[in-house]
Amino acid sequence: MTEVKDFGRLMQGNEACAEGALAAGTKFFAGYPITPSTEIAEILAEKLPQVGGKFIQMEDEIGGMAAVIGASLTGLKSITATSGPGFSLKQENLGFAVMAEVPCVVVNVQRGGPSTGVPTSPAQGDVMQARWGTHGDHPIIALTPVSVKETYELTIKAFNLSEKFRTPVILLMDEVIGHMRERVQLPKQGEFEVVERKKPQVGPEQYYPYRDDGTGVPPMASFGEGYRHHVTGLVHDETGFPSNKPEMVKKVLDRLHKKISDHLDEIIMAEETNLEDAEVMIFAYGSVARSAKKAVNILRKNGVKAGLFRPITIWPFPSTKLQEHFNRIKKVVVPEMNMGQLVGEVERAAAGKSIVTPLNRYDGELITPVEIVEKVQEVL
Amino acid sequence: MFAQIEEYFRLEKMPHIWCPGCGHGIVLGAMARAIKQLGYDQDKTVVVSGIGCSARASGYLDFNTLHTTHGRALAFATGIKLADPELNIFVVMGDGDCTAIGGNHFIHAARRNIDLNAVVFNNNIYGMTGGQYSPTTPQNKRATTAPYRTIERNFDLAELAKSAGATFVGRGTAYHAKMLTDLIVNGAKNKGFSVVEAISQCPTSYGRRNKMGDPVDMIKWQKEQAVNIKAAGNMTQEQLGDKFLIGVLHQDEAPEYTETYQEIIDRAQGTVKK
Amino acid sequence: MSNTLLQLGPSEIKIKKHWCKACGICIALCPKDVLEADDKGKAVAVAPEKCTRCGMCEMHCPDFAISVEVER
Repeated sequence: MTEVKDFGRLMQGNEACAEGALAAGTKFFAGYPITPSTEIAEILAEKLPQVGGKFIQMEDEIGGMAAVIGASLTGLKSITATSGPGFSLKQENLGFAVMAEVPCVVVNVQRGGPSTGVPTSPAQGDVMQARWGTHGDHPIIALTPVSVKETYELTIKAFNLSEKFRTPVILLMDEVIGHMRERVQLPKQGEFEVVERKKPQVGPEQYYPYRDDGTGVPPMASFGEGYRHHVTGLVHDETGFPSNKPEMVKKVLDRLHKKISDHLDEIIMAEETNLEDAEVMIFAYGSVARSAKKAVNILRKNGVKAGLFRPITIWPFPSTKLQEHFNRIKKVVVPEMNMGQLVGEVERAAAGKSIVTPLNRYDGELITPVEIVEKVQEVL
Repeated sequence: MFAQIEEYFRLEKMPHIWCPGCGHGIVLGAMARAIKQLGYDQDKTVVVSGIGCSARASGYLDFNTLHTTHGRALAFATGIKLADPELNIFVVMGDGDCTAIGGNHFIHAARRNIDLNAVVFNNNIYGMTGGQYSPTTPQNKRATTAPYRTIERNFDLAELAKSAGATFVGRGTAYHAKMLTDLIVNGAKNKGFSVVEAISQCPTSYGRRNKMGDPVDMIKWQKEQAVNIKAAGNMTQEQLGDKFLIGVLHQDEAPEYTETYQEIIDRAQGTVKK
Repeated sequence: MSNTLLQLGPSEIKIKKHWCKACGICIALCPKDVLEADDKGKAVAVAPEKCTRCGMCEMHCPDFAISVEVER
């Protein structure tokens, strides 16, 4: 039998997200139709029952987020997908998932905002909302893919991080990444890591649902397993019951943040290309990074030593990785499909050591490589 | 005897926070007695609550308990039930929690006929936040946000549930505690979306502002104003006047959501399209 | 947990004083006037012998403060 060469498949970004979720072992999706993310729901509506999983289209995005948290509490890996308007509606319950430390993945395929905006156009206008959308001091993890293949990989990574750190993880795509098709060769099951949440090592009588076992992440029992416990959005102590004693409130919030900030090495990912000898850095993420890669090649051909810093994890912001370059690289161009959001974080990280120049496009069109090349030439 | 239902309580959390004479403790007792009668496995029983006075009920009960966000208890519970249909789920809500901010989830849970047991502690007021009117507050009543009296028509929660598709709708009162237990038992036995509206007195906010006397007066008011549907026969609303019906107000058959979804899984796994 | 335990042949009326919030409901609903309010308004079984174990008090106590235990 001749060995059939695997040329891969032509796959859409949203499809890759759905397939990645299935590869990660998700068994539950709850969501609501919204351009440009609906394909994720449609694919999972068909494929989840095939693996004994459950799909439900809820009455609104608020209900979608709530149902995902409910399902996760029974032990199922759960995901929801939306775009800007739905992402805004999900914020309160997203905050509940942070406070109650319930693993889940929230996909936001960004589109032109604000409000109804430009539904079929790409944008990166929800970046700060991904960080501060829900109220109160809360930690969050947000990842941003640049390709169809990386969407598949980052959906798996999002589940792994959410299960490991008992936190919602946001996958920030945009309409281009979501709707474009690329030929991809996907890794086979077993060729990539799949993390399961840490289960209690003690019996029900000794179980404290929010007791730190030293890692900052309490083991998590599921509803129905005999570990009867209480889950609430009120600040709660290790027993899971509400507590508003000042020192307890501070202790809980510190742990919530430390369980993320203590593990940045596992959480922060970035692609750094041609930066070793670069004299100018382009800082770009998501679909804009595709144009930036091309711009780096064009500049290099014209004798300009340009390099690309592409954050894959945008929250927590990769400031330490970035700062390593600012001793040497004195110029940074930050193209974004918004009026300037992550550029502020880059400036904070540069702390005056390098000149940071934004390049903003918010008319619904992609930033082209030539525009980036011209801006770089301007700042040289 | 409390001894019979004591096992269902997190005794270290008692006494509870509800005001003296508040009906919520009576409704909670009726619910606990219903669960005892149903004989549910504590490990397989879930109580989901929203936000408000009634929502604190989940903290006092020794089951798998979830205290969610305001108005969203039914949406959280839908996720739990679909994910694990084996669990017996009670969803405790206040009148505002259920029919104001939670109204959309309420009508859709009913439309889906998903097997959840909604117990609505209806005291016609937002108690926790100090006495604002809610969608069930009758017209011409006082509340902190209705200093000139309420002008809005109120929902008939039972009719709302029935018309949205709930396959079991019952109404009882704190006075008719025994009937409340039976309604919750029958609702739980109904394979579908069951709503039990429990009229509960709020002496602190609603009673005081509307001059309904003390807790005893308020619970006696329930006794006088409630008309058992069996006795009411076909009295028209005019004849009922300002009285209200109690008992099993509606019951019918419809496919239960998670059972129908399981058929989809069987179909999808049986004849997986290549 | 001070229990004023009153022995009465077949049934005992247990009242948890610190759970009782003196709402007066049990006193009003008891068909046999077994209960009265003490100086703080809390329920006291003054005529336990008249108790018929109908359970009205227990079912209507919002605070689970009164229970009528029936001998097995």
